[in-house]
Amino acid sequence: MTTHITRRRVGGRVPLVLFVPALLGLAFLVVPLVGLLAQAPWSTLPSRLFSVEVGQALRLSLLCASAATVICLLLGVPLAWLLARAELPGRGLIRALVTVPLVLPPVVGGVALLLVLGRRGLIGEHLDLWFGISLPFTTAAVIVAEAFVAMPFLVISVEGALRAADPRYEEAAATLGAGRWLTFRRVTLPSIAPGIVAGSVLCWARALGEFGATITFAGNLPGRTTTMPLAVYLALETDPDVAVVLSIVLLAVSVIVLACLRERWIGALR
Amino acid sequence: MTLYADLHVTRGAFQLDLELTVEPGEVVALLGPNGAGKSTAIRAIAGLLPITSGEIRLGDDLWDAPPRVFRSADRRPIGVVFQDYLLFNHLSALENVAFGLRARGTPKQTARAEAARWLETVGLSEYARTRPRSLSGGQAQRVALVRALATSPDLLLLDEPLAALDASTTLHVRAELSQRLGRYDGRTLLVTHDPLDAMVLADRLVIVEDGQIVQEGAPTEIARRPRTEYVAQLVGLNLYRGRAHGNLVTLDGGGTVTTASPSEGAVFVAFPPSAVSLYPERPTGTPRNTWPMQVAGVEQHAHTVRVRLTPHDAPAPMSLLADITTAAVADLHLTPGQHLHATLKATEIQTYPA
Repeated sequence: MTTHITRRRVGGRVPLVLFVPALLGLAFLVVPLVGLLAQAPWSTLPSRLFSVEVGQALRLSLLCASAATVICLLLGVPLAWLLARAELPGRGLIRALVTVPLVLPPVVGGVALLLVLGRRGLIGEHLDLWFGISLPFTTAAVIVAEAFVAMPFLVISVEGALRAADPRYEEAAATLGAGRWLTFRRVTLPSIAPGIVAGSVLCWARALGEFGATITFAGNLPGRTTTMPLAVYLALETDPDVAVVLSIVLLAVSVIVLACLRERWIGALR
Repeated sequence: MTLYADLHVTRGAFQLDLELTVEPGEVVALLGPNGAGKSTAIRAIAGLLPITSGEIRLGDDLWDAPPRVFRSADRRPIGVVFQDYLLFNHLSALENVAFGLRARGTPKQTARAEAARWLETVGLSEYARTRPRSLSGGQAQRVALVRALATSPDLLLLDEPLAALDASTTLHVRAELSQRLGRYDGRTLLVTHDPLDAMVLADRLVIVEDGQIVQEGAPTEIARRPRTEYVAQLVGLNLYRGRAHGNLVTLDGGGTVTTASPSEGAVFVAFPPSAVSLYPERPTGTPRNTWPMQVAGVEQHAHTVRVRLTPHDAPAPMSLLADITTAAVADLHLTPGQHLHATLKATEIQTYPA
């Protein structure tokens, strides 16, 4: 009897000291989004939504964010594997380096990319000289900037999944005659699939919202480098209603993608 | 071709030194308490852990001989059944069994057909598409076994193959495993801490304690003549070391035992707990092996009660086990600390050279 009463009291009442800040925190996160929806020019929304600029920016954003995610997957998963499994000297340092773009102001990242890949840059100079390729202020530059900023999200997520995965399954595969590459493809990858999906979603969302590095490294050329966040910023100066519409589109895309992926893959594999 | 393993592995303060051979068709069990180094041994032979020194070879084929040779696990002709099976959860039972064949280069269709045939031999055809998670413990064990056998390995390694099963399935699966191992013509090395598994499944037992072999031989031999306290406990015998002179053995721990057959020198003295009788008073007719003892503990076994006794007031065997009936317990009013007289029938005593 006594234990029952105690348990009810413990579980039932949340202390005010925690409850009030929690409620404020929630409001802080939700109210701006509600405000955005409330301020939307709903009557003219369809016509603005299907305008050329919005369509262009949206298409470019989706394309670049997806391409950046693919690049992050191709480079980031092996990097995560290296960090989690290989016996590497100075692994702590490498992990720290990987996470730098995470805390670096994106503008700084953009400047750094410009200095390395720009026409006069360390590598960019040779690209221009030998292949006639100039990256800055192209769509490719948008993808590079987004990948640079978003990759740490993928690497950290996949590395976490690899650390949580039981390496004895890889040993079992080895005793069945599977070499390391086959083991990685057929045993390791499937077992960390939820982590890869989660990492990709984070990575994609980060790439979709990327602003600072993009505008620094790729500039703002409508149809070529003007992604949604850039378009929002531009529109805010000239036509605030368009900015609101663009923002709502970005919000909708993020919410839909997150919801779909959670339901279909992350949930099913858990 | 014989599997020969001379294993020396150093890991921190732990040192493993084992010399093993397994002949074709033979089942050898490594038996020992937890932490004795059995798993280290099996991992070394599987190629999951390089040995510090020594060598592992199958016939003339060197697998591990530091510092020159180390063949990784995927290039050794082995099959391993792990303690918790480690079936791949994202693959069906059929794909699990086909995995080894695919990894060794068999074309997909052939591998799947072969895997289906293996599943049939253990009566799991209808579970071919089932994911391991949905299999029962016994079914998962059988899938793990045929997954290991499907590649026709020269050496089968079983790491506590029955430990993950519940008691009711163990009996059945053990019998089935025993039959299957009987039909397998490769070499089998089994690691277990369960003496019953070892006795039923193996042709030869190798007992390991603290990384060293303490006894080796056929199961019946080991069951009759244990050589360490651990083995004696496993097979349920009282075991003492002593010096024999004729029919009298002076035990190292104190007390003497009179045996039926004479011997000389350092010997082991072993007898079953059922050979010991307990009396509240010193029995008349003076049987020669009578000791005043004190009850240290009482344990209920299936049909008998096991009484643990320690010497009381006079030289006697240290820590003596006696099996008596429940009725006798009631007659004696057994309580810990109680003083009793224990007698032992000389005809039930085994003495053998130490």
